[in-house]
Amino acid sequence: MTDDDLDQIDRNRRHFLTIATAITGLVGAGVAIYPFLASLKPSARAQALGAPVEVSIGSLEPGEMVRVLWRGKLVFVLRRTEEMLKHLGDNLDMLKDPNSEVVEQQPEYAANATRSVKPEYLVVEGSCTHLGCAPIEDFEVRPADHWTGGFFCPCHGSKFDLAGRVYTGVPAPTNLRVPPHRFVRDDLILIGQDAAA
Amino acid sequence: MSRIESEIGKPQGGLMKWIDDRFPFTETMKYHITEYYAAKSFNVWYVFGVLAMVVLVIQFLTGIFLTMNYKPAAADAFASVEYIMRDVEWGWLIRYMHSTGASFFFIVVYLHMYRAMLYGSYKKPRELIWIIGMLIFLTLMAEAFAGYLLPWGQMSYWGAQVIISLFGAIPWVGDALVEIIRGDYSISDITLNRFFALHVIVLPLVLICLIFVHIVALHEVGSNNPDGIEIKEHKGANGIPLDGIAFHPYHTSKDLVAIIVFLMIFCAVVFFAPEMGGYFLEHANFEPANMRATPEHIAPVWYFTPFYAILRAVPSKLLGFILFGLSVVLPLFLPWLDRARVKSIRYRGWIYKSALTVFTITFVVLGWLGTMPAEGVYVLAARILSVIYFAFFLLMPYYTAIDKTKPVPDRVVYHG
Amino acid sequence: MGNLRRFASLLALSACLVATTGHASGDSGHLEDSGIDPGDIHSLQRGARNFMNYCSGCHSARYVRYNTIGKYLELSEQQLIDSLMFNAEKTFETILASMPTDDAARWFGKAPPDLSLMSRSKGADYIYNFLTKFYVAEDSATGVNNLMLDGTSMPHVLWELQGYQAAIFKTHESEDGSVTTTFEGFEQISAGLMNAEEYAGFVRDTVNFLAHIGEPIRSDRRKLGVWVLMFLFFFYIIASMLKKQIWKDVN
Repeated sequence: MTDDDLDQIDRNRRHFLTIATAITGLVGAGVAIYPFLASLKPSARAQALGAPVEVSIGSLEPGEMVRVLWRGKLVFVLRRTEEMLKHLGDNLDMLKDPNSEVVEQQPEYAANATRSVKPEYLVVEGSCTHLGCAPIEDFEVRPADHWTGGFFCPCHGSKFDLAGRVYTGVPAPTNLRVPPHRFVRDDLILIGQDAAA
Repeated sequence: MSRIESEIGKPQGGLMKWIDDRFPFTETMKYHITEYYAAKSFNVWYVFGVLAMVVLVIQFLTGIFLTMNYKPAAADAFASVEYIMRDVEWGWLIRYMHSTGASFFFIVVYLHMYRAMLYGSYKKPRELIWIIGMLIFLTLMAEAFAGYLLPWGQMSYWGAQVIISLFGAIPWVGDALVEIIRGDYSISDITLNRFFALHVIVLPLVLICLIFVHIVALHEVGSNNPDGIEIKEHKGANGIPLDGIAFHPYHTSKDLVAIIVFLMIFCAVVFFAPEMGGYFLEHANFEPANMRATPEHIAPVWYFTPFYAILRAVPSKLLGFILFGLSVVLPLFLPWLDRARVKSIRYRGWIYKSALTVFTITFVVLGWLGTMPAEGVYVLAARILSVIYFAFFLLMPYYTAIDKTKPVPDRVVYHG
Repeated sequence: MGNLRRFASLLALSACLVATTGHASGDSGHLEDSGIDPGDIHSLQRGARNFMNYCSGCHSARYVRYNTIGKYLELSEQQLIDSLMFNAEKTFETILASMPTDDAARWFGKAPPDLSLMSRSKGADYIYNFLTKFYVAEDSATGVNNLMLDGTSMPHVLWELQGYQAAIFKTHESEDGSVTTTFEGFEQISAGLMNAEEYAGFVRDTVNFLAHIGEPIRSDRRKLGVWVLMFLFFFYIIASMLKKQIWKDVN
């Protein structure tokens, strides 16, 4: 072996060790970053405060709506009247997603014609899917405007029907989100927990 | 020249050139890293500078994440620390890293300063580096002190009470000064709030600036070495000091090993002994601050105890404060107190060697005394050792001048 | 590098020494060793039950969540609800005392302290000694005093289990006339439901639980620490090989 060969071996070894050190260091740094990023997740307290909330609906009259907070988010619970339910199918051609095909916007058990577990009770997040403003309810029926009642967002004019379905021609891209919820009893809804659980 | 070095050093086109035309990137890298030459004879004492930087990074990183969950209010502070320890995912790790980092900052900085005393790193032409370094040390003390109030435990509260009251010893303005520091008639929510501001913004900014200047000054004159020889006085034909080797890749590869060893010790404490037997996290600080009852035994955190022992050794409030302040500031004058013609302990005579040995023991024992109750034999010992502490500095001009030094070689001593 | 290694081992050694010297402050005479075993799940479970039955009436552990206890003590949600949660409805709640703090302060003269961190501020051994060293004292409002904390306002909650004991003190008069009192031992006056050994076990379990809630992640961090150190050791080997290789130029 000549000196050059030795030099070559050394150089290869040095190259290998440099890369091995760099990789080990990067792996170490990568793993070390994880706890820091994970610390940004909702903490045990946030999870405790974000626990499911119970809504008593025993005294809710038809046509009446209550607003509750779940995880700091506004949730509408609306008891729809017979009349309201009857008109749900009227404007299907003016809706972006009349059949609730965007799966993230509702649990499977609410992906139906009324977007609810029980047809009477609508449970939707009161957060416009455009930029998060709270829509205002407007239950007055105005046939001249093709308005069968629903929700109207004051920020950028998005419109939703009485199943929280978004109209076409407005900035909001999807229907109002239906949060996970289940009926504990006939007069008690638990928001934040799936019907299956 | 090594492979790595030549890759960074070679002239580049493209993006590098575009940047270099607008910002001295390659030039800076060369000046401070690839073509910064330091003696090849560095020993273990020379790793503490870089380790201090590592701890600084750890403190900044963990500190930023702590501020995201900590609440600087008297009513919430203690609970928010426990919130971090229990409810925030991995919060305990971040908090332990920060509390352990505080102690390690001082371990590393004390050893870094001790290195300067061993090898005369503060002597001409490095006086300014030393002075800036001392300012960093003082800032660090303030930073640690402000930070220690934040958990709002019993030790936080009463430790701050004692140290802030010290300033009341200053004649005429003392009481007014104490009120201005506290912003209230006692240590309160207001004090906590402003200490938080000092701890997370003001002092870290000052620290960063000082450290930057410290390094710029160092790279201007070049690093000292265990022989205390100016390697720039013996340059080769290429203008590179004969005893010098490039910072990168030689010192960097060595420092990396040192950093890993350091991290092993650091992690051993974080994961297996974060309280360090009550020295890093004092037991009484697991009790929320209680304005109505001082803990039976109150001692500052270990890194302040040598100076605290001196303070307690003096039976007068004003004199105690003065000597306390003096003991912290005195090392600042080392460059002018030390009259020896040589820098390194290797070539000094028996007088300085003995003096430094006695001083080392004195400092450590004072530190231990500061954690003990101030009574009986402890006070007597603290008094004797305080005298020795001051004698080491104040008599230095005399004993270093008469100390017989050995001849210093031309080139550094290096045994591969 | 030889220097560095020597230095590192020196540092590690001194670290261990400091760590084993125990409490740096607050030495309260001779403490009997509590002998707790943090790894004994059953002891911790019994301790949790003891805590809920005997302590949580007056003492809170307001930083501790029930579900965290469940996680580390291997208890199901139903077990938590059935056997531990007397003062709470939801498993994510923290442990609050049944008694309002204000009332407690009025009755005892001092609000019973929160116990989340008692083991970290006082030490497990202290609590163990405190709970075993109540003795009858006629002049005290609660009828008892405590050897660890003279004049404690806490009544002897566990008297039913331990029974009552009297403390025997001996006074010595030295030549200069000063009087010193030394504690000689306890004398059982009335029997409790448990014998001395059973009672010590009961207190040990309780203290074990208190030590656990002082720092629930303690066992986690130790386990993780081993992995971290193993990784760093591996990194050390590679990095020192690289250093040696690079420094061939210098030597």
